[in-house]
Amino acid sequence: MKSQAGLFSANSKSISSPFLVMMRKEVADQLHSLRFIILAALILLTFFGSMYVSMANISKAISNSHDPDRLFLYLKLLTTTDGSLPPFHIFVGFLGPLLGISLGFDAINSEQSNGTLIRLMAQPVYRDSLINAKFVASLIVISALFLSLNLLMIGGGLIITGVRIEPSEFIRILCFVVLSIIYVSFWLNLSILLSVKFRQTATSALTAIAIWLFFTIFYQILVNIIIKAVLPDPNLLSQEQLISYNGIVMTFLRFVPSQLYTDATTTLLMPSVRSLGPLTMEQMAGAIPSPLSLRESLLVVWPQVSGLIAATVVCFAVSYYIFMRREIRT
Amino acid sequence: MEQPIIEMHGLTKHYGSFKAVDNLHLSINKGEIFGLLGPNGAGKSTTILMLLGLTIPTAGEARICGINASRKPIPVKRKVGYMPDNVGFYNELTALENLIYIGRLNGISEKEVKNVAREMLVEVGLEAAINKKAGTFSRGMKQRLGLADVLIKQPEVIILDEPTLGLDPAGVKDFLELIRQLNQRQDLTVLLSSHHLHQVQQVCNRVGIFVGGHLLAEGNIETLTSNLFKTAPHVVQVTLKTAVMPDVQQLQLPGAEKIIINGDVVEISGQEDITPDIVRYFVHKGFDVTGVQKKTYGLDEIYQQYFENNLKENVPNEKSGRSFFGKFKKH
Repeated sequence: MKSQAGLFSANSKSISSPFLVMMRKEVADQLHSLRFIILAALILLTFFGSMYVSMANISKAISNSHDPDRLFLYLKLLTTTDGSLPPFHIFVGFLGPLLGISLGFDAINSEQSNGTLIRLMAQPVYRDSLINAKFVASLIVISALFLSLNLLMIGGGLIITGVRIEPSEFIRILCFVVLSIIYVSFWLNLSILLSVKFRQTATSALTAIAIWLFFTIFYQILVNIIIKAVLPDPNLLSQEQLISYNGIVMTFLRFVPSQLYTDATTTLLMPSVRSLGPLTMEQMAGAIPSPLSLRESLLVVWPQVSGLIAATVVCFAVSYYIFMRREIRT
Repeated sequence: MEQPIIEMHGLTKHYGSFKAVDNLHLSINKGEIFGLLGPNGAGKSTTILMLLGLTIPTAGEARICGINASRKPIPVKRKVGYMPDNVGFYNELTALENLIYIGRLNGISEKEVKNVAREMLVEVGLEAAINKKAGTFSRGMKQRLGLADVLIKQPEVIILDEPTLGLDPAGVKDFLELIRQLNQRQDLTVLLSSHHLHQVQQVCNRVGIFVGGHLLAEGNIETLTSNLFKTAPHVVQVTLKTAVMPDVQQLQLPGAEKIIINGDVVEISGQEDITPDIVRYFVHKGFDVTGVQKKTYGLDEIYQQYFENNLKENVPNEKSGRSFFGKFKKH
């Protein structure tokens, strides 16, 4: 507590701004809350589980001469699996939303029902400091979690295998971390939005989980049903038509944040992935199966990343707007 | 005349077509304890929120220490401590931690904040519970913690919304005494809202009676009494040993305006206090006086009188405005 105080108050003399004070309290609250500890433990568990599986299979994976990615040892550590356990980024795609929801679902409405919101607002602070502090605090917690996990993986890999890490590999892993943070913060912002909108914490939590379930399970089913009903029989179509229909289907599937995340992580962590859509034989002709450079991989995932960022920003902007216009009284 | 520290000019707040506060003019001087008195839903809390700039008035303005509350809420909040009616704390933090947090938000430096918070807790009588979690606090303790929370910013004005709600009688007495002490020691201006007349009567220098968004009357208890009972402010009740003869109906008393005889009790009301004359008169006439009682009007009577008058006016409005069934019948 002491050292933390020193850290934050160092740059602003001994009086810190209300925003920093709030942020500090929120970070402490999150770290002490049981639900964060449980979810962090869950993520830690899956992390070590998938690391264990990939460590056991790493020698097989990098000696596989058909795989153009075999030289990226650390990326292989993140993605290799023998089928007994999904790789870590799949787990994040699944658990990340839960983490984000659990950090944000009661951000505003618990303060309101507790009677602390009006007390805070009676202090000489701007109203937006609170919602900004809540968001930034959760962001800090998420970033610290993912960054330390991945650095742990790199460090562990270095000690166990003794293989030097390529700079491009390191940057890819960092990009993966940033992407995971953006992905979780989308769900965080969605749940903050719901916590501003609904007065009951249970309502906002259940709604957030319902949205998550809808996107993870029902959306795909729904899209498939509609496609079957609307699209003509694939056997009767020419190849170009098939590809263009496929493109439309993919576009609809990409409305799901987890799809964007999966696409983006796959491209980042598997440098040989060159396109996220279907490729024609002409496009593939003459291509040598080799890893893309970092820049090219980033170009491939850029639409996905900007989509995720946009969704995150929209959620935050809407919750900010509603919160600022909201009548504070209980 | 002192410069008023709280001024409200034509303050009005509408929620849709409902007028929560209607054209309120009021000023409160420094060092006063002002009681805002009214039934539930009279617009007291709305008025208070407008004073703090937490709710934007539909019309009019509120000034505290000369600052417009809705235009510059931050400087106002620096000078005003506000305790809401359902004061809440972070249950998982201790009393001291809760207070330190508020202290930091008010820009108290990191070195001092712990000591200041501790002092405040001692001042409101919570020294035994400094390190207890706020979630375990009783209502009375929370109220005290709320007061500490208000005082830590060293305010010039404190505004308490229903501060005695839900406290037991002893708790109310202690709490009001605490407020009075603070008012005297630190020359704080206190604005408190309540629907408990007796409690307000104990501490307030001046009260305003607030019903249905209107300020019906304002002043100290004596002024309110004399305004209300202009016809006969002084009432003396004389109890006699024997029932009064009917011929005494024509009591020859200068200054007596109304005389009611009920068995052996005679009630005499008039403009001036003529108790000695009355007693002398009865003794002179040979009656055995067993008791003489002067009736004084407390807030109870005042309250009753004002609300009764107001209710009579408002009843038709209430019905047309609020009844669901009325609406359904019409359509």
